[in-house]
Amino acid sequence: MRHLLSTEDLSLHNAIRILDTAEEMAAVGEREVKKLPALRGRTVVNLFFEDSTRTRISFEAAAKRLSADVINFAAKGSSVSKGESLKDTAQTLAAMGADAVVIRHWASGAPHRLAATDWIDAAIINAGDGTHEHPTQALLDAFTMRRHWSKLAGTPSAGADLKGMRVAIAGDVLHSRVARSNVWLLRTLGAEVTLVAPPTLLPIGVDKWPCAVSFDLDETLAQGVDAMMMLRVQGERMNASFFPTTREYSRRWGFDDNRLRALDSLGLKDTIIMHPGPMNRGLEISAAAADSPRSTVLAQVRNGVSIRMAALYLLLSGENREPAAAPVSASAAASHAANPNLTYSHQESH
Amino acid sequence: MVLTRVVLNQADIDRALTRIAHEILEANKGSQDLVLLGIPRRGYPLAVRLAAKIAAADPTVDAAAIVGQLDVTMFRDDLSHQPTRPPYPTQLPRTGIDNKVVVLIDDVLYSGRTIRAALDAIIDLGRPRIVRLAVLIDRGHRELPIRADHVGKNLPTSSSEKVRVRLEETDSVDGAPDGVRINEVVIEATA
Amino acid sequence: MAEQQQNADNSGAYLIRGAAILGGAVEDLLIRDGVIVARGRQLDADDAGVRDATVIDATGLVALPGMVDIHTHLREPGREDAETVETGTRAAALGGYTAVHAMANSTPVADTAGVVEQVLTLGRTAGWVDVRPVGAVTVGLAGEQLAELGAMADSRAHVRVFSDDGICVHDPVLMRRALEYVKAFDGVVAQHAQEPRLTAGAQMNEGEVSAVLGLAGWPAVAEESIIARDVLLAQHVGSRLHVCHVSTAGSVEIIRWAKSRGVNVTAEVTPHHLWLTDELARSYDPVYKVNPPLRTDADVQALRAALADGTIDVVGTDHAPHPSEHKECEWAQAAMGMTGLETALSVVQHTMIETGLMGWEDFARVTSTAPAAIGRVQDQGRPLEAGEPANVILVDPAARWTVDPSKMATMGRNSPFAGRELPGKVVATFFKGHPTVLDGKLNTPYRWPVDAVDAGPAGRRA
Repeated sequence: MRHLLSTEDLSLHNAIRILDTAEEMAAVGEREVKKLPALRGRTVVNLFFEDSTRTRISFEAAAKRLSADVINFAAKGSSVSKGESLKDTAQTLAAMGADAVVIRHWASGAPHRLAATDWIDAAIINAGDGTHEHPTQALLDAFTMRRHWSKLAGTPSAGADLKGMRVAIAGDVLHSRVARSNVWLLRTLGAEVTLVAPPTLLPIGVDKWPCAVSFDLDETLAQGVDAMMMLRVQGERMNASFFPTTREYSRRWGFDDNRLRALDSLGLKDTIIMHPGPMNRGLEISAAAADSPRSTVLAQVRNGVSIRMAALYLLLSGENREPAAAPVSASAAASHAANPNLTYSHQESH
Repeated sequence: MVLTRVVLNQADIDRALTRIAHEILEANKGSQDLVLLGIPRRGYPLAVRLAAKIAAADPTVDAAAIVGQLDVTMFRDDLSHQPTRPPYPTQLPRTGIDNKVVVLIDDVLYSGRTIRAALDAIIDLGRPRIVRLAVLIDRGHRELPIRADHVGKNLPTSSSEKVRVRLEETDSVDGAPDGVRINEVVIEATA
Repeated sequence: MAEQQQNADNSGAYLIRGAAILGGAVEDLLIRDGVIVARGRQLDADDAGVRDATVIDATGLVALPGMVDIHTHLREPGREDAETVETGTRAAALGGYTAVHAMANSTPVADTAGVVEQVLTLGRTAGWVDVRPVGAVTVGLAGEQLAELGAMADSRAHVRVFSDDGICVHDPVLMRRALEYVKAFDGVVAQHAQEPRLTAGAQMNEGEVSAVLGLAGWPAVAEESIIARDVLLAQHVGSRLHVCHVSTAGSVEIIRWAKSRGVNVTAEVTPHHLWLTDELARSYDPVYKVNPPLRTDADVQALRAALADGTIDVVGTDHAPHPSEHKECEWAQAAMGMTGLETALSVVQHTMIETGLMGWEDFARVTSTAPAAIGRVQDQGRPLEAGEPANVILVDPAARWTVDPSKMATMGRNSPFAGRELPGKVVATFFKGHPTVLDGKLNTPYRWPVDAVDAGPAGRRA
C-alpha cells in the first residue's frame, strides 16, 4: 500500500491488515503513555480544503500518538484561498518534506490527482473527497462493527471479517462519501448491505452496486438488521426538491423513537445504531436513538484514532516509503556491499 | 548452496530452558514479583515454556499469571529500512509490570537492537523494579552495550551465517505432515 | 512588389502521381493555380500545357478532398494563451483540413459583424486554411436577445453558421425565432443541446461510473430533450437545424426519426465520442473532461452506426485547446474540452474505416462534402475532378504514429489520445492549390492576394 485513496480498490488482505493493526493501536490508547515512537522524524500534513474539525483532530491525534510531526494546512485563510492551485500547494508541501499528506477536499478525486501526478512524492491519505469516498471513516465503521460482531460470536476480532452481518445504511446516499466507502468495504469484508433512501437521494447506477436498495426503512428493519447506520442529511436539500419537507423526511427515513422501539419488538436486541457524525438530532436520528445503549457514535470517534494510526503506520513505516537518499550509514552500507547475504528480516534482526 | 548444521536439538533446548528457569529463580531469590515477557514471535513461546518450568519448580506460581508478550515493532530503529510489519499484540499479566521483576525473553541475541527497543517499550508501559534478559542463543556481534543475564547457549558465529530457531509453536516443517513437531536451532551458512 | 512575391508563393504546379482517389482507382492529379487541371492515368504535364510541375510520388497514398471542420475553437480574439488563429490553423492544416468553422465563444464574443470580420482577416493573414467564422445566436451568448445575425451574414465574413456553442439556446421562443430568422440568408443554427437545469454542476456522464466516482451526473436526457424540442421547432418553422456533437444513442434515435419525417436537420459527432467512454473518468484526469461528456460504450457503438448510415452527417472536432493550468487541477475545477484537429483523421480511420463501417469515400463525405454543404462553403468539399478547386489532401493509411501532445502545432496539450498509437497520417495538404503541408510537415501558408485578405469568401469582393 502506497496510498489510501478509496475502499473500492482496497483488497481484503489490506483491509484486514489495517483493522488488525488498529486493534493494537487501540491498546495504546488505553495506556497511560499514549504514544509510540514509530513515526519519529516523519512529517504528516493535514491538508484541508474543507472545514472538518472532527476529522482533522482525529488524524492529528493519530499522527501525534505515533510521534510524527504534524502540520495543519487549512486552505481557508491561506494562499489557496488566494487562488493557488492544488498543484502549487502540493509542490510546496513536497518541498517542505512532507512524508504523508492527509487531504480533505470538496472535489471528488482530488486525492487521486495528488497520487497520480508527479506533483508530490508522499503517501496520500484520502480524508474525504467531495461525494466520492471517505475510506478511513468506512474503516473505523467496519472496525466498530467487527468488534461488536466478534463479541457476539465470542471470537477474537483480529483476523476476522464481517461475513453474514446485515448492515443497513439510510439517508442521503447520493451525496455521501461515507455511504460509498462503506458499500465497497463492507462488500469486501463479506457483510450484506442494504441502502435505504428516498429515490431522489440515490445515484443513477446504484443498481450496479454490490448491495440491496430499499425505499422503506420499516420493511428493512423488519427483515432484520445487525447494524443500522444513519447518514447525515442536510436540511437544505429540501430546497432542491430532493424531498418535500424535513418533517416528511424524518417520518419516512429518519431513525425516530418508534423505530428505536421497533428494534425491541422485532427481537433485534443486539442491533447497533451508528452515525458518522455530526448528527442532525431530530432529522435523521432522534435524540433517544442517538443516546441509547445501542448507539456506537462515541465508540466510532474513539476507533477513528486507532484506524488512522494504523493507516499512517502502515503507509509510512515500510522501506517502500524511503526516499531515494536513504540515510544508511557508510559502514552499514559497506557491510551490506561486502556481504550480500546479510539482509534484514523480522527473524534475523535480533 | 546453503549448508545447515543443527546446534541444538529438542532435548538440548529443553535442558537449556530448565537451567535458565532455575537461574531466574535463583537470581530472584524465589518467584516473588516475577514477570516473564516474551518478544514476538519466538520469544513468547519460550517465555510460556519457562513459566511452566518455574511453576513446576515452585508450586505457588500460576504459570499463566506471570507470562506476557511484549511487542517492540513500533520501537525499532529500522522501521523505515524494512518492509512494513504489522505489530503483534502486547499482552501484560493482570498484575502489570510496576515494581515487578521483568525478565525479557527472546530467542536469539545478536545486535542488541531488539532489546533496546524492548526497553523503550517497557518504559511506556510501566516502571519495573528490575529488568533482566534471558535468551536461548547469544551469537555475539553486539552493536549496543547490552548483555544477557541468562543464556541457553553461547554460539560463536560469523555474521554471514544465519541462526534459525524453530519451535513447534511457531514453525512448521516444510513438506512434513501436520503433527510433526520441530524444536531445533540450526546454523545456515552459504558455501 | 510585395504582392507579386506573395502570389509567387502560390503559383506552381504539382503532379500527384499514383494516388488512390478516395481510396479507389489509382490515378494522377495535376494541380496548377489553385485548380485541378487534369485527372487520369499516367498524366503528362507537358501535354496539359503545364511546365515545371513538381512531381509528388503518391504511391500507397489516398487522395481526399481537404477536410472541413464544422466545429473548431480557435480562441482568438481573447484567449491567445490557449490558441491563436495562427497556431490553430497550423494544426488544422497538419490534420488535413482546408477549412475550419471558428466558433463564436471568443472574447469578445463573435456576435457582431466587426468580430467575425476580424476573425476572417486573422484567418486569411495566417493562410493555412479557410477560416469561416461562426456567429453567435444571442448577444454575448447570454441566451436573452438575438445577435445581429443579418449583419454578420452580410459582412465580409458571409456567416452562414450561427451557434452559441458551449451554451445551449435553451429558451424555446428564442430558438424558434433564430431558426426562423436565419432562413432569410440560408443560414443554419448549430445547437449545443444541453438542458441547463438538468446539467447544473454536471461533471461527467450520469450512470454507473459517475455513481461510483461521486461526480455530478450529466444525464443523456439533458441532450436528448433539447434535440427533440429543436427538431420539432425546425419542422414547424421549416428551417435548417444543425445539432453539434451528438453524444448519446438516444439522440441518434431522435435524429433518425426526425430525418424520416423530412425535418431539415443535420448532425455532427466528434472523433472522441466515436471512441472514448466515461470509464476513462475513473482516472480523475481532467484531460477526459469534455462537453458533452464521454458516454458509455453502447453510445459509442450507436454513434458509429449512425455516422455510417448517414443519420449523423459529419465529423466535427470540437477542437478545444486549453492552457495546461486549466487541466492540471481537480476534475471539478478543470476546463471542459479536448484538442482534436491533429488526431481527427486518425481517430476516424481507427474507429470507422478499420472497423469496416466506412470506406474512404464515406470519409470524404463526412469530413468534407457534408460539412462544406452545411456551412455553405462553396469551394470546399468538391469532387476531385478536373476544373475543381485544388483542396486536396494525401493520406498514408498504413502509417502508425504515437500521439505526443507536446509535439503538436496546437498550443493545447489536452489530447485525450496522448500515448495512443493511431493509424493514418496526413502527408500533404493542398489549400487552393498550394501545399500547406508537405512530407507530413508544415510547408508555407497560402498567400491571399492583399485585396482578398479583407475581402469576402474565396477572395471574391463582397
